[in-house]
Amino acid sequence: MAEITPGTAYGFFTDTSVCIGCKACEVACKEWNQLPGNNPVFGDGYDNTRSLDSENWRHVQLIDNVPDETMGTGQGKAWLMMSDVCKHCTHASCMEVCPTGAIIRTEFDTVFIQQSVCNGCRDCIAACPYDVIGFDEADGVARKCTMCYDRLQGGMEPACAKACPTDSIQFGPVDELRQQASTRLADLHSQGITEANLYGHDESVYGGLNAFFLLMDKPEAYKLPNAENAVLPSRNNLGGWLTGAATAVLGLFAGLIALRRRQPPPPETTPRGAPPQETAPPSERSSPPEADAP
Amino acid sequence: MTLLAQAQHFVRPPDWTWYIVPYFFLAGLAGGSYAIATLLRLRGERWDEPAARVGYYAAFLAFLPCPILLTVDLGEPVRFWHMLVNTTPGAEGLNFKPWSPMSLGSWVLVIFGLFATVTFVEVLVRDRVLRLRLADRAARLLDGMPGKIWNLVGAVLATFIAGYTGVLLAVSNQPIWSDTWTLGGLFLASGLCGSAALLTLLVRYRPDAQASAGVLVLSERLFTLLELALIVLFALTLIPAGALDDAFGFPWILLWLVTFASLLPGLGGLVTERLAVTGEGTVVAQPAVASAAVPTLVLIGVLALRAAVILSAQY
Repeated sequence: MAEITPGTAYGFFTDTSVCIGCKACEVACKEWNQLPGNNPVFGDGYDNTRSLDSENWRHVQLIDNVPDETMGTGQGKAWLMMSDVCKHCTHASCMEVCPTGAIIRTEFDTVFIQQSVCNGCRDCIAACPYDVIGFDEADGVARKCTMCYDRLQGGMEPACAKACPTDSIQFGPVDELRQQASTRLADLHSQGITEANLYGHDESVYGGLNAFFLLMDKPEAYKLPNAENAVLPSRNNLGGWLTGAATAVLGLFAGLIALRRRQPPPPETTPRGAPPQETAPPSERSSPPEADAP
Repeated sequence: MTLLAQAQHFVRPPDWTWYIVPYFFLAGLAGGSYAIATLLRLRGERWDEPAARVGYYAAFLAFLPCPILLTVDLGEPVRFWHMLVNTTPGAEGLNFKPWSPMSLGSWVLVIFGLFATVTFVEVLVRDRVLRLRLADRAARLLDGMPGKIWNLVGAVLATFIAGYTGVLLAVSNQPIWSDTWTLGGLFLASGLCGSAALLTLLVRYRPDAQASAGVLVLSERLFTLLELALIVLFALTLIPAGALDDAFGFPWILLWLVTFASLLPGLGGLVTERLAVTGEGTVVAQPAVASAAVPTLVLIGVLALRAAVILSAQY
């Protein structure tokens, strides 16, 4: 591929229609990034990686749609396979909330967590709508796909894209990938595969995803929020602060009502040991702090 | 507030649990106590000053564990200062992101800590617990208008501290938390409620502060009404997002039941006594255990509310 130059937006186009679920991307990612192996979890299905986290930066989703009764050929729909990864969103929820500035946008327009700056507050984990970021218990920091930042700096494409045997994962400048994706989508539609759709290739989802997808089902089937649900955490700032402010005003009124409605303590209930002036009637209002100043 | 038929959440919980629940509890009490103390000091009568001082003591003592809890909850506790200072190579400087409640909260926590500490020392001096010439002089700087302004600014920061934790939860993509706009107000109301209850408990141990017990009891009842209204709004806002069952389902309903139980005495008092503290206008003397029971229940309710909101979204 062409030379990788800083200042250009790079990304992945993951075409799930040709993913065969081989997990070469997972292995290549772990090898290059020296991620620890994790014990496979066997459950109902072939997906023993389960989710992206601090140790898994590529995750091949194997979604079992096999009908209980045979209905002819699967047409590529009985199994949905999709190599999931950090989306490197243009408007990234994680980056928005990160209080330390650890999450930055690199010279390749990717979203990168600086391990030396992150302090492990986990606000990014609460924010990421794709369940991408994991907390590394050993190092106490948040971790995710770096789009092989070190390889990009060395002029090499990311390990997962390099390893993918079917070119389901394509790496390149985002502009070029978008054109390829449109062509591929048109091809599939012309073949009658109308369920094929692009996710994150335009600005409808988080201003555009640098790692975007061609899907064979609706986004929700792959645990991707649809455009309507792809919302940033900061949307709740205004409502939250306004409700807080309104509550503060009502609380102030409540306090003032409580202060106004009481009677001065009758002399017989005045606590023992209280200074005599403390039973002064309300009309003798004076400011206590300076009155009691030493 | 979302208007979707059902909000989609594929997010992972941040595991904010056993350090964060007590932090939210203490932040509510620290902020609420400072705010109520300031109300008593600036708008109350002369005899409310001792109770105000109890409030300032409580605010400082409740505040003290807060930075510790937040720090030990971090994955890298020694990097707690990264909340304030950006160490990114080439971008060194102060971190301030007002749109990120955690960033904003870190700053306000530091500044409120200063206000709570200075006021704590000031009341120690005025109570003649601290007898140092230098401290006397310093406290005298807070006589009159400067002191009022100091307390007022401190109270605004305190109100923020009591409520921002709710906004922090909402500014995320977590189920429940991000489906509602009510949490900031709800935590503030509950913090005020718990603080009024805490001060009701504490003024028992300071004879000259007991004259304010009636105000504290009545304000606690009014704050309870506010809290109930916000809990109702909280539940209503979760319906369109389809998150009501997650928030109030088993086992969280048990925590909510504790919360509701803690609201009952306050609401009952409001119904039977209206806006008077009792029919006679003062607090009826009760045995120590009986009079401590209701404020203690209210405080447990404040904790249960936070535990229910924090934990239900994550499990």
